[in-house]
Amino acid sequence: MKIDMNINISHLARVEGHGDIHIQVKDGQLVDAKWSVVETPRFFEVMLKNKSLDMAPLIVSRICGICSISHTIASIRAIENALLITPPEKAQKLRLLALYGEILQSHSLHFFFLAMPDFYNSHSAISLMKTKGEIYEAALRIRGCANFICDIIGGRSTHPVSFCIGGIAKTPNIEEYTYLAENLSKIVADLEFAAETSLSLQMPSFERETEFVSLKGETNYQLIGGSLMSSDGVEKIENEYLAMTNEYTVDFSTSKHARLSRDSFAVGPLARFNNNYEFLHPEAKKEAEKFNLKPINYNPFNNNLVRIVECFHVLYKSIHLIEQLIEDKSKDIVSEYSVFEAEGIGAIEAPRGILYHHYQINKKGKIEKANCVIPTTQNNGNIHHDLSFLVKQELSANKNDKNITHLCEMLVRSYDPCISCSVH
Amino acid sequence: MEFSGIPLKKLRAAFFDFTSCEGCQLQILNHEKNLPDFLSLIEIVNFREISSDKRDDYEIAFIEGAVSRKDQIDRLKDIRKKAKLVVSLGTCACYGGVNAIKNNFSIESMVDEVYKENKPETIPVQKISEIISVDLEIPGCPVSKIELEYIILCLALGSVIEKKKYPVCIECKQNMNHCFIDKGSLCFGAITRAGCDSICVNGGLPCYGCRGPSASVNWMSLKNILIDKGITEEEILEKLSLFNSLNEVIKDEN
Repeated sequence: MKIDMNINISHLARVEGHGDIHIQVKDGQLVDAKWSVVETPRFFEVMLKNKSLDMAPLIVSRICGICSISHTIASIRAIENALLITPPEKAQKLRLLALYGEILQSHSLHFFFLAMPDFYNSHSAISLMKTKGEIYEAALRIRGCANFICDIIGGRSTHPVSFCIGGIAKTPNIEEYTYLAENLSKIVADLEFAAETSLSLQMPSFERETEFVSLKGETNYQLIGGSLMSSDGVEKIENEYLAMTNEYTVDFSTSKHARLSRDSFAVGPLARFNNNYEFLHPEAKKEAEKFNLKPINYNPFNNNLVRIVECFHVLYKSIHLIEQLIEDKSKDIVSEYSVFEAEGIGAIEAPRGILYHHYQINKKGKIEKANCVIPTTQNNGNIHHDLSFLVKQELSANKNDKNITHLCEMLVRSYDPCISCSVH
Repeated sequence: MEFSGIPLKKLRAAFFDFTSCEGCQLQILNHEKNLPDFLSLIEIVNFREISSDKRDDYEIAFIEGAVSRKDQIDRLKDIRKKAKLVVSLGTCACYGGVNAIKNNFSIESMVDEVYKENKPETIPVQKISEIISVDLEIPGCPVSKIELEYIILCLALGSVIEKKKYPVCIECKQNMNHCFIDKGSLCFGAITRAGCDSICVNGGLPCYGCRGPSASVNWMSLKNILIDKGITEEEILEKLSLFNSLNEVIKDEN
């Protein structure tokens, strides 16, 4: 069948930030497929110039309203790596717990509120709440509990206030830990219920071989610092992140793209799952088996299901970590430090994938130069190339433009792009 | 629908995002226990971040973010035409927010530094009220969901919205926090409008004034105390300009 199509989706809905999809088909042949980010740049790297060190984490937190804890922790880590500061173990545990909370918060926001309406042909979770009440009651309890972790540890879930260079400003008291642990145990059942319901969600059939980049697990499912790895066999230390990202600009996007061994690579839940599967919590692995997911998996739509798998992982890890923290009677939560001319890099796994902050600090203790490489920036190229493959696959199956539009939107959403973040 | 026996008007609301982190819109979905009740107060007809359905028959437009590109000006003017009530949501919309730090740099050098080629268009950051008339401002980085719930309830009831006139310092004392200034550190809680329940100080961070100035501000008095504590003018100015929200208080200084 010889068909023409012009698909132009301006400001795609149910994603963070502003991105467009353009597909052009002539006589049944794909002419052009573009993932075009049109978000306004904010120039955070320039804004950081000559700023005091304690201002840096506060400013970069505002790169993203969904993953502000990740930006804060990566920023502090970059400064601590530069100034050779080792935060006390208790502060490190609390930061990790807050990151677990943010992953649970962000993944459950995406799965239930941004992605799920697609699988029920609905426009939004607000209308879906009326017909799928039970799922959304569970979803709200899961998100409530996730935000509660962030509130207790970070002082606030969006733009946290309790993290500082050298450690953390305050610790929860025993009542707060106990309340948190009780609530987390309660939502295990909610997450199991949500996962059970999700078994019936049909992920579109699509595969494109690509390279997956993440932190490298040595003994655990690495989320803060350590080495960098790709599924194509590239391994680098944290300080060599530039060799892992290779950012470049394109004329159809205000966000940069990145590449490593191929035209594009992917970061995020599926990349972590593929690279570090063996270190997932046993309950998370069990869940993956129910979804029939095994590494290495090349279907980007499965990012949706891996988010649920990772929710199990962080939930069980959080419960375990709180038990440890209750036992930890140490009062040492901040390390002292002095300022000198230095350079440091902080790499962490944000909900959407590996995130890097890099600062040069001058001898007055001000930021001389900054660079931030965002997960969605690294995914943009992969989304862009996936779109062409997906459209070609669907054209050969004689799908119409309505089907193709729906699938393209779902594809982009499955990466949970954080677009303002990627442009920053 | 009724609230304590008083009939409620279900408002048709739209949420729009400009240059920002979208964290204020996210607050709409937080405070999960109250979310179903909160959502029953408004009919959301346009909210791209959570819905692919969109209509233009909104009465209230909530604007998150600042303006930093020319095309946003027309988009704002169009929203103003369609909405009966325009609300600036969050510090970026009300004051420019951290985005406005960019205004200290030349556009050309900034673009050159970040983009080697394919350079995007950008203009200095402006708050929403510099472009269109704004009926209500809800500052905060991010906005407080509890305050937002209160304001939307007032709008639905048609009742007066009481803005707190006193500073964050009052809330902070009620929360029995150890005063940052007593400890020798800088804090702007004494000149910043209350309504956040001193959330930053509760968590261990001084107040940097994201909610803008309180009703009556004695800036010189606070400044002298800070200088007496050994804090430099340079540090005061750097921190005062974090959110672009307190410029007004230092206007008369020179």
